[in-house]
Amino acid sequence: MSAALHIDDVSKSFRGLRAVQNVSFDVPQGAIHAVIGPNGAGKTTLFNLIAGAFKPDKGAIKLGERRLDGLRPDQVCAAGVGRTFQIVKPFKTLTVEQNVTIGALHRTRDVAEARDQARSILEQLGLFEMRTMLASNLTLPDRKRLEVARALATEPSLLLLDEVMAGLRPTETDHMVAFLRQLNARTGVTILLIEHVMRAVMALSQHIVVLHHGEKIAEGGPTEIVRNKAVLDVYLGEATP
Amino acid sequence: MDFAFDLLQTMIKGLLTGMVYSLMALGLTVIFGVMRVVNFAHGEMMVVAMYLTVFAFGVLGIDPVVALIPVAGILFLFGYGLQRIVINRFINVPEHMQFILMLAIAIILVNACLMLAGPDAQGVQLDYSLDSFEIGSLLLDKVRVYAAAGSLLIAFTLFLFFSRTRTGKAIRAAADNYTGALVVGLDVKRLYAITFGIGAACVGAAGVLTVMIVQVQPFLSVEYTLLAFTIVIIGGLGSLRGAIAGGLLIGLSEAVAGFLLDPSLKSVFSFGLLILVLLVRPQGLFGRAP
Amino acid sequence: MRDIAPSIRQRLFGEIPRRGWIGLAVLGIGLLLTPWIEPDFVPLMVLIFYFAYVGQAWNIMMGFAGQLSLGHSLYVGLGAYAAAIFYIKTGIGPWAGLFLAIALATAVGGLIGYLGFRFAITGVYFALLTIAFAEFCRILFDHLQFFGGSGGLYLKVENRQENDLFNLRGSPTMFYYVMLSLVALALALCRWLLSGRLGHYWLAIREDPEAAQAIGINVFRYKMYAVLLSSGMTALGGVFIAFYYNNLYPEQTFSMGRSIELLLGPIIGGIGTLFGPILGSALLVLVGEGMTDVTEAWQLPGLKQILYGMAVLLIVLFLPGGVWPWIARHLGLVKTGDGK
Repeated sequence: MSAALHIDDVSKSFRGLRAVQNVSFDVPQGAIHAVIGPNGAGKTTLFNLIAGAFKPDKGAIKLGERRLDGLRPDQVCAAGVGRTFQIVKPFKTLTVEQNVTIGALHRTRDVAEARDQARSILEQLGLFEMRTMLASNLTLPDRKRLEVARALATEPSLLLLDEVMAGLRPTETDHMVAFLRQLNARTGVTILLIEHVMRAVMALSQHIVVLHHGEKIAEGGPTEIVRNKAVLDVYLGEATP
Repeated sequence: MDFAFDLLQTMIKGLLTGMVYSLMALGLTVIFGVMRVVNFAHGEMMVVAMYLTVFAFGVLGIDPVVALIPVAGILFLFGYGLQRIVINRFINVPEHMQFILMLAIAIILVNACLMLAGPDAQGVQLDYSLDSFEIGSLLLDKVRVYAAAGSLLIAFTLFLFFSRTRTGKAIRAAADNYTGALVVGLDVKRLYAITFGIGAACVGAAGVLTVMIVQVQPFLSVEYTLLAFTIVIIGGLGSLRGAIAGGLLIGLSEAVAGFLLDPSLKSVFSFGLLILVLLVRPQGLFGRAP
Repeated sequence: MRDIAPSIRQRLFGEIPRRGWIGLAVLGIGLLLTPWIEPDFVPLMVLIFYFAYVGQAWNIMMGFAGQLSLGHSLYVGLGAYAAAIFYIKTGIGPWAGLFLAIALATAVGGLIGYLGFRFAITGVYFALLTIAFAEFCRILFDHLQFFGGSGGLYLKVENRQENDLFNLRGSPTMFYYVMLSLVALALALCRWLLSGRLGHYWLAIREDPEAAQAIGINVFRYKMYAVLLSSGMTALGGVFIAFYYNNLYPEQTFSMGRSIELLLGPIIGGIGTLFGPILGSALLVLVGEGMTDVTEAWQLPGLKQILYGMAVLLIVLFLPGGVWPWIARHLGLVKTGDGK
């Protein structure tokens, strides 16, 4: 299941701080795009705007033909958006299996069916052996995978991944990259990721959007972006005149 | 004309009582403002202080005004110890566990009072209990005036403590930014314990002053806990100014409601106000928006 | 057309772990017990069942939806007064009156829930809101002569020898079976709910409302379900208690003391568990009774409550999950990693 995302001139301020300013870009159906930028650039705010946690002050967000801005987070999920959180939020006193089952219950009322769904997703993500463990007993990389599994269980057409690679070792990063590639190839789910780990960004994304101080400063394919002067200035500091 | 006069008299009485309420609320707001701990045992600590005063007066012959400092001191130590030994473990635990802990302490305190002092109302019969000051044709009970004055003095001292002394400022720093305070080397645990002690001392002082006016019974504590919370929420959890404003407001509204309607309906007004504030402006008059 | 019966059976009895069978066994014993236990114990058991039942009802709001209610006596009172007044004024028995009781309590509960959730009042503010409403009703009923005012409302005590189930007039033994059935039904209901989508969503909301929303759960709606169910169930308990004790006083019925009493069981037994409230209430009432004998002998009022307080303190400090999960783990009744 797949859909295109349209961000159209979106702005959001918090008490005078302009977190996101006039950002526009599109993510075609089935594509994998990345949003990068220094800390405080507004990336997570953008995700929160898409996911319905905040309402934009201005602008429109569309998934396919459907307007997302102004919807509650659970309505946004119903529209087909799955998201992970920068600081993972597992259901700590529940088991891994229960965590994902609850996600799957979004698409079916029957708990047994949801559980089967959950198990298959856990297997794909290599979490099946840990399914009876409490989420609180998981390591951070496993918790990140759990977060992705839970979001996937809601059968999204757009997946928002907020720094899922942070804290992962290189091999784990490669596994996650491979998994996401396969997922995208198999189901066609559109993926938008916020990432700092350039290894993953370069390996996965077909297109990159760069934010700085809430504004889009560059957009393009991976090779273009790493050579883009504005981007380099932002990350490395401007060269002394 | 008589009506207006009686109303004025009632209102002043309400304000005087309100000042003592403010002191009680100050204790609660300080604890919450700094540590985010909701002290459900607040009314119970007040009742303990009241009983201590009754004991001091009845058995030791000490006038409440003199007993004020020692009793407040005892409550300070109690608060300090409680925080250090018990509550400290609960700073980062789900809220409901915190309440339940304080609730348990409240149950123990109030029933200890019941066990030791019995269920009957007891009070402090002072020589000047029935005297009043005459200002024009207004009659103001001496005990109420002393109580209000005492509360005002203590509140003022508290303001000075938090704005002028090192410890006071350190506590405010810890309240603003826990980690930051740790980083600059403040002994936050000790500061928290001091804060709880201060909160307890405030409510203890309020108890001493209150028992000069009303008699104490063990289960008065529930009323006082509710009252303190109502005031603090209306004034704003964590705001010293809010506690004072809220206390005066509630004292006033209770007196007027009791005068115009029925004395037993006085709390209905306060609760109505509480519900209104919770809906419209949950941070209270002076609190920080959540 | 979906075939409901097998799925109900599945959800009630499917995968019953060992602890479930033990529970059923205890239930069976309870049913058969009365001829053998002394008449003195019957009122005690009624009390245990009552607290187990309302504790379970309270548990739904706290343990499953994560909302702390410190004013649950409000629903007991509303239920009790509604059914009692209905019976007194119309002569129609409690089995009809209970609909009125549940409707009233659910309406008020819904109001409180709505105010709380729509306006994002949580935690301590919500708890205080519940207290404020309960206190408000206490004072209100104290002043309304229609409900008997502070003097109290009395139901005529007749025919204590004959058991009139229809009007709930009868011996403690009759009430024993009635309350036992309530507890059993509550348990079955909770088990059924927990094993379904509703129960799973409640757990998610309890754990992390933000994450729950992100996976499509309408948090407001499900919290409301919990509040409505909890308040309605509690009111039902109130109905039975009214007809058992035959007198109601606003000072007592709506008091904060009663609100606290009914939440001690679930806290000690284990919030959010199925058997926690039942075990906790049983412990409290039994220990309480034992204490009453002691305190009467020593003339020490309040000692019992002090011990309750200390028990809660110890539980909160050392066994925050409650007694039941600890026992279940040590008797091997649950797999580690699980927790119900």
